[in-house]
Amino acid sequence: MNKRRVVVTGIGAVTPLGLSSSDLWSGLLEGRCGIRKIRAFDASAFPCQLAGEVAEYNIRDYVPKSYRKATKLMSRDIELSVIAADEAIRNSGLITKAAETESRSVPPERFAISFGAGLISCDMQEIAPCIAMSLTDGRFDIRKWGKDGMQALTPLWLLKYLPNMLPCHIGIIHDIQGPSNTITCGETAGHIAVAEAAEMIARGDADAALAGGCEAKVNPIVMLRQCLLKRSAENANDTPEQACRPFDADAGGSVFGEAGGVLVLEELQAAVCRKAPIAAELVGAASSNNLNADFIHLESDGKGLQIAIRKALEEAHIRPEQIDLIIPTGTGIAADDRAEAAALEAVFGSALQTINVWPIKSMVSHTGAAAGVVDLIAAVLAIQHGTIGPAVNFSRPADGCRLKIHTKQTTQNIRFALCCGYSFGGQTAAVVIKKYEDSL
Amino acid sequence: MKQRVVITGMGIVCPLGNDVAAMWNGLMTGQSGAGRTTLFDASAFPTTFDAEVKNYDPARFVKYMHLHKNGNRGSLFVLGACVQACRQAGIDVETDAPADGIDRTRLGIYLGAGEGPAVADAFFNSIAESWDSQAHRFDWPRWTHAFASRTTPALELEQEPNMPSAHLALLTGARGITRNCLTACAASTQAVGEAAMLVRHGKADIMIAGGAHSMIHPLGVTGFNRLTALSTRNDSPTTASRPFSASRDGFVLGEGAAIVILETLESAQQRKVPILAELIGFGSSNDAFRVTDMHEEARGAVQAMQAALNDAGVTIYDIDYISTHGTSTAENDSIETLAIKKVFGDHAKKVPCSSPKSQFGHLIGATGCAELITCIMAIQEQILPPTMNLTDPDPALDLDYVPNCPRRTRVNTVMSESFGFGGQNNVLILRRFSD
Repeated sequence: MNKRRVVVTGIGAVTPLGLSSSDLWSGLLEGRCGIRKIRAFDASAFPCQLAGEVAEYNIRDYVPKSYRKATKLMSRDIELSVIAADEAIRNSGLITKAAETESRSVPPERFAISFGAGLISCDMQEIAPCIAMSLTDGRFDIRKWGKDGMQALTPLWLLKYLPNMLPCHIGIIHDIQGPSNTITCGETAGHIAVAEAAEMIARGDADAALAGGCEAKVNPIVMLRQCLLKRSAENANDTPEQACRPFDADAGGSVFGEAGGVLVLEELQAAVCRKAPIAAELVGAASSNNLNADFIHLESDGKGLQIAIRKALEEAHIRPEQIDLIIPTGTGIAADDRAEAAALEAVFGSALQTINVWPIKSMVSHTGAAAGVVDLIAAVLAIQHGTIGPAVNFSRPADGCRLKIHTKQTTQNIRFALCCGYSFGGQTAAVVIKKYEDSL
Repeated sequence: MKQRVVITGMGIVCPLGNDVAAMWNGLMTGQSGAGRTTLFDASAFPTTFDAEVKNYDPARFVKYMHLHKNGNRGSLFVLGACVQACRQAGIDVETDAPADGIDRTRLGIYLGAGEGPAVADAFFNSIAESWDSQAHRFDWPRWTHAFASRTTPALELEQEPNMPSAHLALLTGARGITRNCLTACAASTQAVGEAAMLVRHGKADIMIAGGAHSMIHPLGVTGFNRLTALSTRNDSPTTASRPFSASRDGFVLGEGAAIVILETLESAQQRKVPILAELIGFGSSNDAFRVTDMHEEARGAVQAMQAALNDAGVTIYDIDYISTHGTSTAENDSIETLAIKKVFGDHAKKVPCSSPKSQFGHLIGATGCAELITCIMAIQEQILPPTMNLTDPDPALDLDYVPNCPRRTRVNTVMSESFGFGGQNNVLILRRFSD
C-alpha cells in the first residue's frame, strides 16, 4: 500500500505585513518591514518599545452572519486565527459551512484541525476595574476580589483565554468535526501543528485538515516578559525597521509581534480529484529537544535543532544538498542565531555554500506560535513563484555565521524547502516541503 | 508496518497520593483528596475548597533538583511522576551516563501540560498601582516598573505551557519527537493518544506521555467560578464531587501530574521489561457546536468513542469498563450518559462505568492520563474503582456507575474518555496484554 501523500491546497496569513497572504508575499518581496513602535499600549518604559502589529480589521467581516454574536468571546489570538482560516479556506476552494450553503467539499467528520497557540494573556483593560474594586489601603485584597471584584468579570471570561478555543471557534465556523488538537509548544507550536495535521491525514484519520499557528503577542505582560528574559532588541527604539537583524554582526535581540497563519492540507488523491490548486507537498517533519539548563537559549552547537532537521530530511528521503531554500528561525538574538548557524553547518556541511537562507523575522517580527506557519507560507509562495525575497537588515555576517543569506530578490527553481524552529524552553522542529510535481 | 503499542511504566502525583500505590489505595478505600483551599486565601470565593497535592517533595524522585528549582507546580509534579514511570520501565534517568541502551533520539515526550500560574503579587498589585479608576486608564510606565520589580525572568518563563516538557527533556535526555498539547480537560488523554500514534507509525520507539496541571490559583479558580463550573458545597468538600448524582453541582478542582511510558512491543520485549497493558485504540473529534456547551445529542463524544472502537478493532461487547469523564457537572454527566447509550445501545446498562474524579477531583490537563492509570490498575488488579458519593442517583441517569464500592470483576478491555471544554473530545482503549 502506498503511503497517503499530503499536499498544501490553501494558505491564509494575517501578519504585520497585511491582512492576507498576498500582502505578506508582496511585503516580503519588497523587503518591507512591519515592525513599528508599539501602538496597542504605551510602552515608553519598556527596554524594547517595538513590535510587529497587525493593521486594523473588523472581525465581523470574517465570520458568517450566524456566528457574529460569538465574536465577543474571541480574544485577539482567536480573531487572528479566524481571519487566517477564512482566507485559507477561500484560497483552497473548499466549500465549508461558512459558505452558508448545504454543500460541503469534505465530510465534516473527515476534516481535522490542529492549531499551534500561545499562552494567551488576559486583556488588562478588562480586568483592571475589577481589581480596582478589590483594594484595601491601595493593595490587592483577595477577599474583596472573591466577594466583589471577580463578580464584575463577565461569566464567560475564562473562555477567551483557553488556547484550545482557536480550533474550537474555527471548527464551529467551518463545521470541522474530525480529529482536533491544540499544540502549545512555544515558538515551535506552528511547525508541530502542521506536522501533526499531516500525520492525521497520512495515517487515514482524515482526508483534509486545517493546520495553523496564531499568537497575538502584543500584550503588555507578554511583551515585558520577553524584555525581562533579555530576548528583545533594546537599542533600536528609534530605528524600528533596522531593529531585528538575524545573523547580522550587529544583531541585538528579537522583536516580537502578532500573526496568524493557516494551511489547508489534503490527501493528494482527494485534492487531485477535486482539481484543487496544489501549492506544495509536505514530505518530512520532526521535532526534538534542546538540552540547556537555562531553558532560554539553544545549546551552542544547536544539537537539538540538528536532530530535528536530520530526521525531517530522512523522512523526506532526501540528502541535505537537495534542499534549495532554508527559512531558519533567525530571531536576531545573537547567541541563538550563532547556535542555529552551527546546527545548519553541522547538518549541511559544504552544501551550505550554495543553499539560499532566507530569514524573514526582520520583516514580519517574531510571532511566536504563528512563526512556523508564517515561515511555511513564505516557503510555499517561494516555491510557487520560483522567487526568494531579500533578507533585510543583513549587512555584515555575525561571527561564525557562514550562511548564504541573500539580500536581493532572487529567481530560482525551488524543489525542496526547509523551515526550522526552536522555542524558548527547549523544543525544536523542522518541516520539509516539496514543489508539487504532477505525478500520483 | 504498524507497531503494537504497549505501556511499560506509570507514575502519578495527585490529591490521593504521590505514587501509584498511594493513589490506588485511596481509590480502593473510599478516600477523598478534597479539603479547604490552602494554596491561597479562597475564604471569600464562591468555592472555598479544592483537591490539592499534599506533602509532595520532588527531591524524593529527582537527583539534580537545582536544575528545576524554578519549576511551576505542574513541572515539579510531572518530574516525580516521570521518575516513577521511568524506574518501572527501566529507563535510566538517575545516572549521568545512562546504561539502559535506549537511543535517546528515539525517545520522545508528549505532554498535555497546562500553563503555570501568574505571579499573583506582580499581576494584581502592578495593576492596582497603575490603574486610574477615574480616568479609566493605565499609567503604563508605572505599571511597567511595578510589574518588573515584582517578578523574575525565571518565574515568567515557567508560565509557558511547554515548560513541563522542557523539564522532562532535561531530566531524561530525550531527543526524540517532543510535543505539548492543551485541549483543556482532554489534554493528557490526547497527548497519550497522539504519542501512541507516533509509536505505532514508527516515529519513535518510546514515548513519555501524560500531563501536568495546577489551576489552583486565584485566576484559575476565578475563571471556573465565573463559569459556575465548580461545586460550591463548601460545608462538605469530601462529598462535593458526586458524579451522576441528582445533587451534583459542579466539579472539584484538583491538580497533579500523570505519566505513562508507551513503547513498541518489539522494544519492550527486547528490553525485557514487564508490560502493564496494551494501548489499542484512540479516537479524537471536535464538537463544532458551541464553545460554551457540549453538543445536545453528544455528537462529538459519540464520534470519538466510535473512532476509538474502530481504531482498536473491537466491538462494544468487548468493553468491560468505561472510565468516564464524569466531572460532576449537570451537563457533562447527562450528555456523557447519553453518549454511552448511543454508542452501546441496549448493551449500555451492562457495562460498568465510573468516575475516579469523585475521589481525586478534576486534574484538568492532567486528568485524562491519571484516569488512564486507574484503568491500567483496574486491568492489573481486576477491580473497578467506584463512583463515590453516589447516594442520591439522578433518576434520569441509569447506567451502572459502580456506586460507592470498588467491584471485583473480569477486566480485560477498557475505554477511557475525556471531553475538553470547547468541544475537543478524546477516547482511548486499553487491553490486558497477551502476546
